[in-house]
Formats: sequence, C-alpha cells, structure tokens
Amino acid sequence: MSDPIDPLTQAKEWQDRGLKVALATVVETWGSSPRPAGSQLVVNEDAGFEGSVSGGCIEGAVVTEALDIMDSGVPKLMEFGVSDAMAWEVGLACGGTVRVFVEKLEA
Amino acid sequence: MKRSVLEQLQAARDAVLPTVLITDLANGAQALIVKGEVVAGDLVPDTALKAAADDCLRLDKSRTVDGYFLQIFNPPLRLIVVGAVHIAQALVPMATLAGYAVTVIDPRGAWASEARFPGVNVIQDWPEEVMIAQKPDRRTAIVALTHDPKLDDPALAVALKSDAFYIGALGSKKTAVARAERLKQGGSDPEAIAAIDGPIGLNIGAVSPAEIAVSILAKMTLALRGPKGG
Repeated sequence: MSDPIDPLTQAKEWQDRGLKVALATVVETWGSSPRPAGSQLVVNEDAGFEGSVSGGCIEGAVVTEALDIMDSGVPKLMEFGVSDAMAWEVGLACGGTVRVFVEKLEA
Repeated sequence: MKRSVLEQLQAARDAVLPTVLITDLANGAQALIVKGEVVAGDLVPDTALKAAADDCLRLDKSRTVDGYFLQIFNPPLRLIVVGAVHIAQALVPMATLAGYAVTVIDPRGAWASEARFPGVNVIQDWPEEVMIAQKPDRRTAIVALTHDPKLDDPALAVALKSDAFYIGALGSKKTAVARAERLKQGGSDPEAIAAIDGPIGLNIGAVSPAEIAVSILAKMTLALRGPKGG
C-alpha cells in the first residue's frame, strides 16, 4: 500500500499543474484539540484539499477562507473554539481551541 | 509561503535533515533553517528565535513563540520488522498509515515474498547484517516477530546497542525470560535487555494477528509520545 499523501508534496504538485494553492497550518492549540500544531491542510482553487487541521469539524470553514486567500495573497490567522460563536456553527465539538494560519503558496 | 521556500523545505526533508520553518504570523514572512543555518526565506531570525527553534527540534514539537510559528520537520519515523510473518502483514499497513517508513527483514524466501507484502520494502537477508546497515536511530522502532532465536536474537543484539525508541519481541513470558538470558550470555547490556517489550504490545487481550498488530502499534505510540495528562 502507498503512504498517505503528504500535504506539502500535494501543494507543490498542484502548483506545478498551474492551480492556485493555499496552505493552512495549526499553529496553536489549547485543550483537547484533535490535531497538534504543525498539522496541515492544503487547498487548491477547485476547493480540492488534502490533509487536516482538526478531526473534520473546521475544515469546511478553513477551505472557504483559503479560497479567498489564494486570490488576495494576504495571510490570515483564524481562531476556532468554544468561546467563539463561530464554533457552534462549524462545530468544534471537542471543546478545544485551535489557531490556524492560512497563507497562499506564492510563485 | 514562497515557492523557493517550499522547494528547499522538500529537499531538506528528502535528505532527512533536521529542519525548522519559522513563520511571522503577523505578515507571513518566513525563514527556513536547515541544520542550524538559514537557507531560504525573507525573515531574519535573531539568536533567541534560533535557540527556540533548536528547542522545538529537540522536543519534537512545533509551537508558537512570541507571534512566530516554529514548525519542525524531524527525520521520519521508521519501523523495522524482523519476520515476514502473519502479524507483520497486519502491522505493516497500520504502521504505514501512522506515518512510519517500514522495512521488513526475513531471510526466508517463502515468507519474504512480494505476493505476501505487495509494495513493501522487504529485505530477504540475515537480520544482523541488515540491522547494522539500517542504522536504527532515536526515531526508529524495532519489532522482532519470527519466534525463532536464530533470527530474532542477532537482530535484537544490534537493536539493543542503538538509540531505537522502542524494541519489542514476540513470545510468552517464559520465552522472554529465556531470550533475556541468551542475550545476556551474548554480551548485551542487562539494562537494555530489561527494556525490551515482551510479551509484546499493550495488553488489550489481542488474539488475531490484526489485533496483536494494534496492540504493538499502541505500545510503540506510548513509547514515542508518553501518556497524556497526569
């Protein structure tokens, strides 16, 4: 069997094919967040993605933001947690807090 | 992230070099540090930030310090399995999913066949020589599964001299005691021998080969990470 795809390898491959790409990285966690700092999700302009920044609960919101950032080129630090009203909508059910840095993969 | 930073980062990872990527979370500026030297990026880290990056590598943990994210890329985890047995057939795909680069060693052709381990790095040779060539490090786990002292013992003797973070050997309590005695006679360090995990794996009452593989992977994870909390 083959290894799970490395998100950065995937990002490079997408860019090679001429797709716009953004990287999302967990940079800080508190409480019981499911993925440790350094975990990465990569997104292409067709909303295709590889990797993860949570157990699946905030990926949707991160992908949406990533699509904006790959156009604007302006990086953003996103925060998700129980204290955040957004958390109910996107459902970080584990009760932790997580900060995700989203940036464009530039040429 | 700039394309040039990504390319240098992937090259450093391919070369299995200790690497840290520093990102300024306020503006996205980055510095890539490979073996202590800045090799790419538009950020110039000061001495304190470089020292923090070193700490992260040592602790095998990425973290944010004063608005900078220090992301580490340590050499990959490796698993060396001695014995191309039924349990290995279950353990290899599980460990691969958990992020290990897996090597299986067995000199017996009927066991170490491509048909039994499709796409797996299987080395059909005597474990002792292969183990020496593999140079197990502190990111390596070693599991001896043949149940045959001729194959397991020489592999374990090499493993015991290495920095491997986990060494496990299949067999009952009685087998483990007899093996420890043989390894001691062979000149292995008694303290290191005592640290061999055997009977192998976390005691979850595993019965089938796949369940035993789960128990082994669980114990490897515990040895690597330590228990949570407390």
